[in-house]
Amino acid sequence: MKKFTVNRKLFAFPYILFMLLFILLPMVMILVGAFQNADGSFTLSKFSKFFTNGICLQNLWFSIEIGFITTVLCLIIGYPIAYILSRWNSSKAYLVVLLFVLPMWINMLLRTLGTKTFLALIGSQMGVSAVIFGLVYNFLPFMILPLYTSLSNLDKSYIEAAQDLGATGSQVLFKTVIPLSVPGIVSGITMVFVPTVSTFVITQMLSRGNVVIFGDLIYEYFTGITADQGVGSVMSIVMLILVILSNVVLNKFADNSAPVKGGLW
Amino acid sequence: MKKTLSVCFVVLALTFIYAPLLVLFIFSFTDSSVFGQWNGFSLQPYAEIFTGSRSGRIFTAVSNTFLLAIISTAISTVLGTLAAIGIFNMRSKTRKLLSNANQLPIINAEIVTAVGLMVLFASLLGIKSGWLTLIIGHVSFCTPYVFLSVMPRLYQMDPNVYEAALDLGATPTKALRKVLIPMIKPGIISGAILAFTISLDDFVITIFNNGSVETLSTYIWSDSKRGGIDPTTKALSVVLFIIVLVVLILVNIKKSKTNPKEI
Repeated sequence: MKKFTVNRKLFAFPYILFMLLFILLPMVMILVGAFQNADGSFTLSKFSKFFTNGICLQNLWFSIEIGFITTVLCLIIGYPIAYILSRWNSSKAYLVVLLFVLPMWINMLLRTLGTKTFLALIGSQMGVSAVIFGLVYNFLPFMILPLYTSLSNLDKSYIEAAQDLGATGSQVLFKTVIPLSVPGIVSGITMVFVPTVSTFVITQMLSRGNVVIFGDLIYEYFTGITADQGVGSVMSIVMLILVILSNVVLNKFADNSAPVKGGLW
Repeated sequence: MKKTLSVCFVVLALTFIYAPLLVLFIFSFTDSSVFGQWNGFSLQPYAEIFTGSRSGRIFTAVSNTFLLAIISTAISTVLGTLAAIGIFNMRSKTRKLLSNANQLPIINAEIVTAVGLMVLFASLLGIKSGWLTLIIGHVSFCTPYVFLSVMPRLYQMDPNVYEAALDLGATPTKALRKVLIPMIKPGIISGAILAFTISLDDFVITIFNNGSVETLSTYIWSDSKRGGIDPTTKALSVVLFIIVLVVLILVNIKKSKTNPKEI
């Protein structure tokens, strides 16, 4: 028996090896790449370029603004929907939630093609507002799902207690429901914010390259004509820091009901 | 009144979600390469998927996409299932550490994962972008999902059943094959389905590591970056989209029958 448990642990080794090689090592490569010249010598110039050439920092700030606006809009639209659905009886709500998250499984390029056709049809210019529309459209389901999970798991007796104690409708909402759904809110925010800042598909398709956010810039620095992979690596590190920060915040508020991406199945 | 208002809001939001998809559907039935322009009803775009000048390229892209998804799913299902069994049997500290490492590709920004792999292949390993880099890339983001769907099954399993099999004289291999694997099979299957859909759907990892291999995503991307769009691309989008929708509905009907509370 003892010998066998040792054997079974061995099952994990191919994947551990794989993770070291193709999940951890790529991140190390990015770290190393940020400190390297084209000839492989050590340099800090990529960092100084990032911080001094104006474009990168300005763009980072612009992207954070776009990400912030998108996230807030998703929250404003998504929260009432999730709240309403969490009050419905579960089988009906299940179907409607399904309708909201179904588009998550349709390729992002196709959804954005649809958005582009739609915007052209209503005569909208391709620009910042088109991009924000596309972003909200794309990421709204990622906001609704965790909010719904969190709100429908909320113990209804808290609301009843608040009402019994004389709280008005808005007091119940702001003092009971919203504070209790903070884990869902935080999880929704992280699921929208990071992908928004790091996208390049939506911006390029909906603005013909006029709106450039951080994801576009990384894409450009790695594959474009003026490619500088060192600066691109610095930008990837910045992106990675954003990811880590948002996950630290997420873990602080975590509850087990927060679904992982792809929670549909 | 309040009820009506909330129903209205939900309906409005659903309209917002589905309007662009509906518009794409409608405009796939017109032979125009300008976004939002209607040139009269036509089935030409659909016919051209099979007979037009691009049909060869489309066929290659479709078969590449599916081949890639099948290979990546097969590898990641085996890799992820074995890893889950192995890591499940480790001490809780190691288990936690490795489970967290498994989360990295899920929480990381896709573009960072993609760029990291690209740099690794190009500068350290010297592998040219192509099938190999694509498969490795896809396995790297599919396996975590397989792992995540198998792990809960292992936790739910009654360990006594497995030990009973051993006590009754089954060899460890036989107990594994006849008892353990069947018990976690639902997790393995849903992990594999998940891996398959994610691989089919992927664009970001693919575009950085595909070399000259064209998949559906990269095909649509190269076409839609221009000002206009080929009518066949719209028709193709609708076809794909209906396939996805039908599969999703079937899977969810099956799932809601067996497990109505879970989404």
